[in-house]
Amino acid sequence: MSVRYLSCGDTAFTVEFGNEISPEINGKVMALHAEIGRAKAIGRLPGVVETVPTMRSLMVSYDPLATSRSKLEPEIEALIARGLPTGMAMRRVSIPCCYDDPEFAPDLAEVAKRTKKTTEQVIAGHLASPFKVYVLGFMPGLAYVAGLEPSLYLPRRSQPRVRVPRSSVAIAMDMTTIYPFESPGGWHLIGRTPLWMFDQRREQPVFLAPGDSLSFQRIDRKSFDRIARDVESGTFDWAKLVQSA
Amino acid sequence: MSAHLKVVRAGLFDTLQDLGRIGFMALGMPTAGAMDRIALRLANALCGNPAGAAGLEIGVMGPDLLVEAESVRIALVGPLSPALIEGPDAPTKPLDSDRTHLLKRGQTLKVGMVEGSSTAYLAVAGGFALPPFMGSLSTYARAGVGGFQGRRLAQGDALPLAREQAPAGEDKKLGQPFDYGSGPISIVWGPQDDHFSARGRRTFIESDYRVSKEADRMGIRFEGPTIEHATRVDKGGADIISDGIGPGAIQVPGAGLPIVLLADRQTVGGYPKIATVASADLPRLGRLLPGQTVRFAAITVEEAEQLRRDQEARFQRALAGFTAARPPGGIDLARLYEENLIDGIVYERDSASR
Repeated sequence: MSVRYLSCGDTAFTVEFGNEISPEINGKVMALHAEIGRAKAIGRLPGVVETVPTMRSLMVSYDPLATSRSKLEPEIEALIARGLPTGMAMRRVSIPCCYDDPEFAPDLAEVAKRTKKTTEQVIAGHLASPFKVYVLGFMPGLAYVAGLEPSLYLPRRSQPRVRVPRSSVAIAMDMTTIYPFESPGGWHLIGRTPLWMFDQRREQPVFLAPGDSLSFQRIDRKSFDRIARDVESGTFDWAKLVQSA
Repeated sequence: MSAHLKVVRAGLFDTLQDLGRIGFMALGMPTAGAMDRIALRLANALCGNPAGAAGLEIGVMGPDLLVEAESVRIALVGPLSPALIEGPDAPTKPLDSDRTHLLKRGQTLKVGMVEGSSTAYLAVAGGFALPPFMGSLSTYARAGVGGFQGRRLAQGDALPLAREQAPAGEDKKLGQPFDYGSGPISIVWGPQDDHFSARGRRTFIESDYRVSKEADRMGIRFEGPTIEHATRVDKGGADIISDGIGPGAIQVPGAGLPIVLLADRQTVGGYPKIATVASADLPRLGRLLPGQTVRFAAITVEEAEQLRRDQEARFQRALAGFTAARPPGGIDLARLYEENLIDGIVYERDSASR
């Protein structure tokens, strides 16, 4: 499928690389996102305000007082035509997750039953899934993370919960997510991380970024409580969770 | 001693806003920012502030603010009913909008009701002494960030001022009310106009849509004829793979009624967006009240960009057209020199007698 340019009024347009969720298409989205970021950093593409990557498209927002669609679109086309870099350096992020406490994992037994597995097999499947952050949105820091082990695919709960606790780890369809705030939610809760996906005290308040590779690391309740204390007090060393791939 | 505006009575929807939190949508952070950017920029310009300074966005009913500073110069922009200034040892007096006023320690500004628009703005010369979050003072209440403690103002809050006293200089006012334009709201088709039938697109631009009660900083839900999707809704006609949401995006979920997404909109979404409001008309959207009716009219991207440039030119002329505002009864020297050298003295009309 060829690249489509979709109008979002006079302050943005969306560069759509395809109409499906695939690592190839998302790779192009992330590469263009990074490429435009680099160009901006050296003073090129004046008038480009920011870009918003999603699974299959990149929204480019611009200031119509500084540039125009007819000027900008060919510049973006030229960037794509020159060839987008592949195999970009991505972060590998490890998320500690406690699956063992029933308070943290109220849906684990039901997920096991519906996928005809033991709860241990569900946990093992989640731990082994090659997750990748496709997009952040809906609320600050909420990541849509695809790559769930296919035997764990389930639709959303028919009855969404009114209150999902902060830092709940949940699955639905081919994805997993971590709730950055207490909020309503219709996904299956199978664990909880002691990390906060959004913490305004940090210089980078949002922990995950689009393009991150993600894996979960099983911890017990004692480790959970210890890390939770450090996160709460602001002394937790987040850097040790991140490796450059 | 630090300078404050103390909230002695809270309004309904008062939040600090600037021109938005720019550059973090990729992390899921909405831009937030003023719903009526024109009015906020006018308020800042009247006060001599930079355009990106934060002001108080006042929705429906504003607060009562006690001046706990030597003095403070404020600008009110927007249709207030009017605002009042009270005590401690002078009679209560109405304050005109669209101009600055010098307030003294112990006086209380009663902002009152916003009438004929959903928002009005208050700026203070020198701005507020609050730390920006991710580069902006805009309040985004859903995440509890920005502005004053990430939330609407409440009784007892003390808004810290950057200056202990008002800068020297005289009060200014707008030459004439800013022309926001009238007629249909201009829209540009897309990004997903192809998810709607030709009949659905016609319905959208040929019908009246009424602002429902569900209208807030996130968006406005409209009531009116339903818009037909190209594919039946039960076959996924109202679903897309989530993509970015720009300001003024008009999404149409399965029920077929348009929702215009505004300052506090989410960064990405999975409903098809039939069209996007031209940026020059976003301030008008930010002023709409429940019950008001609008029409939408389609223009091209190029026309929308031109509308915005024309509006900016009008805005710059409005800034150049600020005049000195004198206290009621004072001599209006500017008008005296400009238009009335023959007849004699011109007095600034007393706002209360209009």
